[in-house]
Amino acid sequence: MGKEAFGLAAKDNSGVLSPFRFSRRETGEKDVKFKVLFCGICHSDLHMIKNDWGVSTYPLVPGHEIVGVVTEVGSKVTKFKTGDKVGVGCMVGSCGSCDSCTEGLENYCPKTIQTYGFKYYDDTITYGGYSDNMVCDEGFIIRIPENLPLDAAAPLLCAGITVYSPLKYHGLDKPGMHIGVVGLGGLGHVAVKFAKAMGLKVTVISTSDSKRDEAINRLGADSFVVSRDQKQIKDAMRTLDGIINTVSATHSLLPLLGLLKPKGKLVMVGVPEKPLELPVMPLIFERKMVMGSMIGGIKETQEMVDMAGKHNITADIELISADYVNTAMERLEKADVRYRFVIDVANTLKPAP
Amino acid sequence: MAKSQDQNKAFGWAANDKSGVLSPFHFSRRENGENDVTVKILFCGVCHSDLHTIKNDWGFSHYPIIPGHEIVGIATKVGKNVTKFKEGDRVGVGVIIGSCQSCESCNQDLENYCPQLVYTYNSRSSDGTRNQGGYSDKIVVDQRFVLSFPDGLPSDSGAPLLCAGITVYSPMKYYGMTEEKGKHLGVSGLGGLGHIAVKIGKAFGLKVTVISRSSEKESEAIDRLGADSFLVTTDSQKMKDAIGTMDFVLDTVSAEHSLLPLFSLLKVNGKLVALGLPEKPLQLPIFPLVLGRKMVGGSQIGGMKETQEMLDFCAKHNIVADIELIKMSDINSAMDRLAKSDVRYRFVIDVANSINSA
Repeated sequence: MGKEAFGLAAKDNSGVLSPFRFSRRETGEKDVKFKVLFCGICHSDLHMIKNDWGVSTYPLVPGHEIVGVVTEVGSKVTKFKTGDKVGVGCMVGSCGSCDSCTEGLENYCPKTIQTYGFKYYDDTITYGGYSDNMVCDEGFIIRIPENLPLDAAAPLLCAGITVYSPLKYHGLDKPGMHIGVVGLGGLGHVAVKFAKAMGLKVTVISTSDSKRDEAINRLGADSFVVSRDQKQIKDAMRTLDGIINTVSATHSLLPLLGLLKPKGKLVMVGVPEKPLELPVMPLIFERKMVMGSMIGGIKETQEMVDMAGKHNITADIELISADYVNTAMERLEKADVRYRFVIDVANTLKPAP
Repeated sequence: MAKSQDQNKAFGWAANDKSGVLSPFHFSRRENGENDVTVKILFCGVCHSDLHTIKNDWGFSHYPIIPGHEIVGIATKVGKNVTKFKEGDRVGVGVIIGSCQSCESCNQDLENYCPQLVYTYNSRSSDGTRNQGGYSDKIVVDQRFVLSFPDGLPSDSGAPLLCAGITVYSPMKYYGMTEEKGKHLGVSGLGGLGHIAVKIGKAFGLKVTVISRSSEKESEAIDRLGADSFLVTTDSQKMKDAIGTMDFVLDTVSAEHSLLPLFSLLKVNGKLVALGLPEKPLQLPIFPLVLGRKMVGGSQIGGMKETQEMLDFCAKHNIVADIELIKMSDINSAMDRLAKSDVRYRFVIDVANSINSA
């Protein structure tokens, strides 16, 4: 019937999480079981517990930035052993045979199984990382480099890959290129770090001046543009090879397109719910492009984490106890976090009495 | 300067205000300079941009305007530095007649992306001349912006290639649509641009589906133009069946329309190329871009080298536009019909035979 587990679940769309007992499947021959040490809180978790996208089913145990230590491996597992430091990101399964899967792009498989809130092959619903242990197919497990602190590495499994993948895919990773990062939150701050590690010049674009000092002095960005300041935008026109746009609120694309050089690429990784206005002239007269990107494949995620290990890239986190999670969600809603909450699962998550 | 202008009298039909009504107009062309080619105009295609410009739809028209940028004619005079053409050659002039010739874009043969690009009409050259287009008896153009019209390409039905042809050919190459035979291209809108996109797409070995609001043009598209299939956007079952089947979509529609159904037709990594110039911004749904790593881009005509390449390609594959030949004096009623998309698929003015001094 499965093994006992406990975690935090949303029982309805109020956005409140509470203790929840459930069961994980028995460790299958290709499965890796691990004790969860830390789990990052992604903004998607907040959207999902509140059913903002209309796809949530309850009870929902969120969490797809999960790190821990392997406690058991199935008989056919070859890549991992007990004691290994591992992580799981946004996916735990895919069809394995479509064009996307064969190219290592499980994230674009039409049958991707997400880490939480999705139906698994055995008809159970997947439960995420706000829980004491995880069982996951070996093919979706990421090895965490020894030198990375696990708590600050957890957000790489979603935020990290979400910004790394488009930088590579769209050729925006060549030293000397100049990219913009719109929005300095969970995704944005990690984008600055990866871009700097790739040797790029980085401009942070934000609606207010409040994060300028942080962006330049702590995160290492080269410059900072306030998008509402006409003069700053004008001075930065046609300077960027690409832009990673992490903003999910409704906003104007016109000034951002203006910042791109001709043939420049505006990559959307934030997902506004309503369509945005698309000015067509910059696309036609300057051959600029707008594209989207969503996490990355497993191979790519491992590559990203290995690069993070090599360059000591981790997220800036606020470590919280499990009983702080509802307050954290309220603060996240107001973007009041520098820049990711991470739940200290192993030390603070207790089963319901 | 005024004196030499008077010596090169010319005659055309111009719009004087945003009513868009065209009427006879006397003006002058510059004297043929050492780098110039003078072209006696035989035919000129009527592009939808001509209509937008004479009606000031985009807000930057300066009257009087003689439109016309799909010009085919005969070189009657060549300047002493002109090496590529001689008198009597059949030549073409398209959408651009000038650029800075020294920037990165110009040096890459992409004059169409030069920030100092000069359009054939409704523009000013660096010497202050107001440029007038091809609904006229002659034009004087720098040799760099004159094209050689290949043997075997008829002057009348080949004329629209100079704008419509290059407008679809350039993005098909740039966005990788022509690299592999068998890829699936959707062409949204079956008008001047769309019908040529179908022909060029088939010549590149692509599977082509025409996407249209009504089934009216279905048998045309398949039986005459050679499209493989036809998709009516209002047929929800057929649209559903076509989800995720196309590698590329060329969107030639300039009227306001939704991009969401077009994105849904694309496979993962699919590319939507917008070619129509709507008056208002389009609505861009972000979910499909992100969920399928899809892209929307644009394109504007092509550089001179590429335009010549396109003409040579079309001559080789016998690709011409489907045209309705008209007299100069019919231009206003043709414009009214064009506004209602009532043309299969391009009007072409028989300039030499019907333009006459009033």
